[in-house]
Amino acid sequence: MNFIKRYLIPRLISYFLVIWLGITIVFFIPRLIPNDPVIKMVDQMRARGSTLEPGTMDGIIHDLTVMYGLEGSTLEQYRDFWVRLAHGDLGVSFFQFPAPVSDLIATALPWTLGLLLTTTAISWVFGNIIGGLAGYYTRRSWSRTLDAVAMVIRPMPYYIFSFVLLLLFTYVWRWFPVTGGASLGALPEFTWGYIKDVLWHSFLPGLSLSALGMAVNFQVMKLLVQNINAEDYVQYARLGGVTNTRIVSKYIIRNALLPQITGLALSFGQIFSGALITEIVFGYPGVGMLLYRAIINGDYNLIMGITMLSIVGITTAMLIVDLAYPLLDPRVRYT
Amino acid sequence: MKTLIDLFKDYRFSFAFVVLLVILIMALLSFFSPYDPTLWYVVPRDLKPSSEHLLGTDSNGQDIFWQATYAVRNSLTISLISASVSRVIAILVGMIAGYKGGTIDRVLMFLGDSLLVIPLFLIFVMLAMMVREHMNLVVLGLMLSFFGWPWDARLIRSMVLSLRERDFTRTALLSGTGTIKLVLKEYMPFTMPLIFSTLINNMAFAIGLEITLALLGLVDLTIPTLGTMLNWAYFSHAILLERWWWILTPVILSICMFIALYWLSVSISEYLDPRTRIQRVGA
Repeated sequence: MNFIKRYLIPRLISYFLVIWLGITIVFFIPRLIPNDPVIKMVDQMRARGSTLEPGTMDGIIHDLTVMYGLEGSTLEQYRDFWVRLAHGDLGVSFFQFPAPVSDLIATALPWTLGLLLTTTAISWVFGNIIGGLAGYYTRRSWSRTLDAVAMVIRPMPYYIFSFVLLLLFTYVWRWFPVTGGASLGALPEFTWGYIKDVLWHSFLPGLSLSALGMAVNFQVMKLLVQNINAEDYVQYARLGGVTNTRIVSKYIIRNALLPQITGLALSFGQIFSGALITEIVFGYPGVGMLLYRAIINGDYNLIMGITMLSIVGITTAMLIVDLAYPLLDPRVRYT
Repeated sequence: MKTLIDLFKDYRFSFAFVVLLVILIMALLSFFSPYDPTLWYVVPRDLKPSSEHLLGTDSNGQDIFWQATYAVRNSLTISLISASVSRVIAILVGMIAGYKGGTIDRVLMFLGDSLLVIPLFLIFVMLAMMVREHMNLVVLGLMLSFFGWPWDARLIRSMVLSLRERDFTRTALLSGTGTIKLVLKEYMPFTMPLIFSTLINNMAFAIGLEITLALLGLVDLTIPTLGTMLNWAYFSHAILLERWWWILTPVILSICMFIALYWLSVSISEYLDPRTRIQRVGA
């Protein structure tokens, strides 16, 4: 009971407050700038040379205003915005008119989720295993070599890898397809052939995304294991004759994994906006690509939709981490 | 002097120093460039690197070496504006929140935490789309600076929180030192190393974000920066047309820049705080 009152309720309030703040910012940014999207749209139509009757033009302007949710005062717009949001209506896309934004995101999301869930998991598991070993055998030469490699990989943004891999695999080794999510004309079906095709195509984007994550996890885990290894209780256990396997599995790994689990959850939260440039460079049909096309075409509804989705995604991931922490770490009890 | 000699013993510092020196010289060379970076077709197109054109020429008829000198200069300018302005915000917010505490602390930290949680990058994209017509180096630098402070403000705040409990704070307060003087004279020296290392990290962050925005076409593509060079090279199909010298120049320059900035920050903070070095080497 104490837990609910002292911890859960304040945490939930701040959760909803952050979501509200984020979505409100997303709502107001386009409206603060003196740049009427309806007039812009109409101008574009005029520029394409379409001539219309004066009455029709007024009708079009009215329809566009309603569709953009720009009818009435800002306050009314704000209220309508939340009402529509509550019904799961994110509006209509403009560059793929009249497809609803939610449909477009729903088509692109599985690609991004599939790619990023896999790469995040791979880089977490391998980064931690290798980092843990390197931290335990810190004086070996391979441990130092890996440390130096991580020092080089760590500072580079993920999209630089995409470019480097793209250059390497188009000039030097032509092993992997460098564009698309699957072969052209391949129909999505649940067969080994199609799955193999998708995996084959996602190898390079996956590699460029997991390299950085692996380096980060490696560095953090190595440092954690080194520090725990030097702790008094580990030394004491060693002197007391506790077996090495037991020290590593019970004393070191359990303690070192805790902060890493937080890190994992946070990186899952970043997934929604994660692989933007990589998807563009490799022509991968995910949310990043969708966002890119939305930016080129000035499709505000679509950008707002993707942004709101990631706000909810990230804050929810953080909430889950915070609530799950006492289950993982017996030292933390919200009483 | 001894400090420098000690620092040069770290191979990472030496590397970072040399690379940044070369990059700085490149940036300065741009003032002597024989070509105007905004003009097209000033040299023959698509030439391979030669003694006349050190890094070749691109499909827009620009000399890549001289274009790169401008790119480096502009990218550095953006990152310096962004890093220094966001440092000022971080210091102010961190010091006020840490020193005043109470409601002000909670409000400032809630704002900062919200900025950390919200996918800033997407909001940044929306903002950049809106001001695309008025985008220049300074506007871009200021916009980037607005997003670079929350984490560092948090670090400074926690530092001030612990400094506030130390004895010298009480001595200073009892002897009648004013708040502003106390913060500037007594706390600043403690936070300086932190501010410096976050300054370098923030520069790398700004350069990276600029490249991302440029690849999305959200900045003025006529101003050469590392990002716009990559954009031109990539979207002119430099890879498909096998003009490797065009795309490799910005890629290698940015790789060098990111590694140099990171190593500089790591080596300096290890020098200033030997505990992290001992931790890293594993004593």
